[in-house]
Amino acid sequence: MTLDAKIPSGPIQDMWDKHKFEMKLVNPANKRKYTIIVVGTGLAGASAAASLGELGYNVKTFCIQDSPRRAHSIAAQGGINAAKNYQNDGDSIWRLFYDTVKGGDYRSREANVYRLAQISVNIIDQCVAQGVPFAREYGGLLSNRSFGGAQVSRTFYARGQTGQQLLLGAYSALQRQVDAKTVTLYPRREMLDLVVIGGKARGIVVRNLINGQMESYAGDAVIIATGGYGTAYYLSTNAVNSNATAIWRCHKRGAYFANPCYTQIHPTCIPVSGQHQSKLTLMSEGLRNDGRVWVPQPKGDKRRPSEIPEAERDYYLERRYPSFGNLVPRDVASRNAKAVCDEGRGVGETGLAVYLDFADAIKRLGEKTIDEKYGNLFDMYERITGENPWDVPMRIYPAMHYTMGGLWVDYNLMSTIPGLHVLGEANFSDHGANRLGASALMQGLADGYFVIPYTIGDYLAGTSLEKVATDHVEFKRVASEVQADIARMLSIKGAKTVGEFHRTLGGMLWDYVGMARNEKGLKHALEAIPRLREEFWQNMMVPGRAEDLNKSLEMAGRVADYMEIAELMARDALHRAESCGGHFREESQTADGEAQRDDKHFSYVAAWEYNGLNNPPVLHKEPLLFENVKLSQRSYK
Amino acid sequence: MTKPMTLYLSIWRQPNAKTPGKLIQYTVTDVSPAMSFLEMLDQLNRDLVRKGETPIEFDSDCREGICGTCGLVVNGIAHGPERATTVCQLHMRHFKDGDAITIEPWRAKAFPIVKDLVVDRGAFDRIVASGGYISVNTGAAPDAAAILISKEMADLAMDAAACIGCGACVAACPNASASLFVGAFLSKFALLPQGQPERKQRAQRMVSQMDAEGFGGCSNIGECEAVCPKEISLSTIARMRRDLWKALF
Repeated sequence: MTLDAKIPSGPIQDMWDKHKFEMKLVNPANKRKYTIIVVGTGLAGASAAASLGELGYNVKTFCIQDSPRRAHSIAAQGGINAAKNYQNDGDSIWRLFYDTVKGGDYRSREANVYRLAQISVNIIDQCVAQGVPFAREYGGLLSNRSFGGAQVSRTFYARGQTGQQLLLGAYSALQRQVDAKTVTLYPRREMLDLVVIGGKARGIVVRNLINGQMESYAGDAVIIATGGYGTAYYLSTNAVNSNATAIWRCHKRGAYFANPCYTQIHPTCIPVSGQHQSKLTLMSEGLRNDGRVWVPQPKGDKRRPSEIPEAERDYYLERRYPSFGNLVPRDVASRNAKAVCDEGRGVGETGLAVYLDFADAIKRLGEKTIDEKYGNLFDMYERITGENPWDVPMRIYPAMHYTMGGLWVDYNLMSTIPGLHVLGEANFSDHGANRLGASALMQGLADGYFVIPYTIGDYLAGTSLEKVATDHVEFKRVASEVQADIARMLSIKGAKTVGEFHRTLGGMLWDYVGMARNEKGLKHALEAIPRLREEFWQNMMVPGRAEDLNKSLEMAGRVADYMEIAELMARDALHRAESCGGHFREESQTADGEAQRDDKHFSYVAAWEYNGLNNPPVLHKEPLLFENVKLSQRSYK
Repeated sequence: MTKPMTLYLSIWRQPNAKTPGKLIQYTVTDVSPAMSFLEMLDQLNRDLVRKGETPIEFDSDCREGICGTCGLVVNGIAHGPERATTVCQLHMRHFKDGDAITIEPWRAKAFPIVKDLVVDRGAFDRIVASGGYISVNTGAAPDAAAILISKEMADLAMDAAACIGCGACVAACPNASASLFVGAFLSKFALLPQGQPERKQRAQRMVSQMDAEGFGGCSNIGECEAVCPKEISLSTIARMRRDLWKALF
């Protein structure tokens, strides 16, 4: 199969408009005859389900949480980008497009990114109309900040709870459609498999998490918006139930997985405090606007921060990157934090932390301003660490945060399985090898509110779909396969808990497929991960029954999938012998230690086709053509 | 580092909604003060699983106090003793070695128990579906800068919008009223110009759905505000009542 991204022809500025005109439409009276299954209710899933319901489609929406409002988009803190140029500081659609392609280290698809930048302005309009309480200036206009490496102020925010407010906006729109009976909600359901009939995605099999029963749902198209696979690392900033099962099982049914090695380690998280740790907490990188990052100059300096004079501090980001300073992109900030800690200059009990210091900002802007901007983040930090950031600098360290890789999709957000569409973090399309701050919320809502409502109509109107119901033999076959896996997990009754296996796997990923990767480590991971997987299937201990609420069993299924994804991540990282964005290959760096791309050999999307568990996956390449942005070595000096 | 603690727990166990439950005693050792309350329960569960016992089921997800999934009554207080803190953000440094701790689920007729400490809060979603929105279809919005909102009002709306829908207000209320939840939801729209056209109808519909779900009425006790992890103000309930009053007459 050759990969066709279906990018429209013509100048990039006109592609989306032209495409919208050329796409087929579904007659308004016929929309209700189509059933669309939406899995996941974060920003992408909730906005898609609500918008499709408004158009009149018959939508079935599924989430693992008890309420759609709890999807992990809720935890995004910093903001959402949009090329509104309300600040008159030189922003434009072109600049947001350019920044995003550059920030992604030239590994994203130009056409998708341009469309994203175009749509960004509509998103803000939509959210304000829904009543999202964005921050305002005294004159009543919307407030913006510069965020995550941008040199213009294009980020809209609602205190440190932007994700929450945007998700509540989408959730309200979704509940309105529930009331209008265009959307049916299925909470506490976990998608365990995709049903493909006649080569098209026609339904899903889910486990009802309350009573453990298998349920099947048929539809004319399936939308997956279940987020990324960062929880494979065990410790991450994701929610503890965020998982990759839906995307992985679609992959095993034929959807190609693109760029699995592109993972983002976020620079500003609260450091690990001990073995008991179940998750890591992000401190919004908005903090880097006013906080200054430093470590002591000498190695192993155990003095308290207040005892270290200015002259003996190394503000290493400001020193190495004079023009961007503390605002360098996430991958650069994370790698530099690791580097100074590896040199033995890390701070705190573990030595795996750097300071983020607000003393200067408090002096310059006053306590009131800092409190308004970051008060809730300071409170959050103090609750977790027991230390007061008004008095001592915060300690931060990078943590696994976001996955740029995901299921491969074309310009219409359709995977390699016809009818299976993938939105938000679950797809690979817009962020290349590194995502810029405040761009995840933008992409999730762009996909859900403004892309899929058009492209899914084109698919439905242009495809002949036979009538399929859940009594079809394929539904029965898939459900019985899923049930057999569950029975097998419960029957092993081994000696190690699922959590222990997950922690071991996460440690391997962090060490060998983390912030810096090399051939030796990746080859080691490719031997160690299958061994661990084998042990998992012989020695896991899962309590309880299948026909009951059983969170240990839920987790076992997810970890089984991480065991397979982890191997693909390592394989992809090994094959990509260049550094780009979040994928830093130690063998490929510039003289002063920055990531060195190899455009000649690696300017492509790596899309992997599943080929059975014991066979290597097949690599397909989608070449990346840059006609509008000039490729250059990223420099933030 | 402070030395590890041993704690004596009484935890509500209930196999399902139909079978009666009871408090069961557990001892958990090696508790680090840096752990969160839920990480302490994770550790207990790990030990139970190793002993071949059934782990205690409880809900949690983001573990950073924003998703509203977790919720336990700790020693009689919803989300435990720390002010403005969800139980996932409650850390064990606030407890002492040898403490006895009672852990129960949210208790309210409108939140039936699913299993152990897990409850069904679907009533909240149904209240929101009854009117908790501004009716604007995707694509129908004017330019965002066309609507001016004073900073003061935007801040007040944000205070109300901070509600995480955890249900602690209901669990703490002697009447099991959902008034703080509904008041907060109504207020975030009532304080903004976009929320005005449907304001009265929204109040009427959400309050009548709240009643239909079996939540009690508000008698101004204020327990809800005291336990709210986001410190939602009682004034949101006053606003709900004013709007309801205006809608009725």
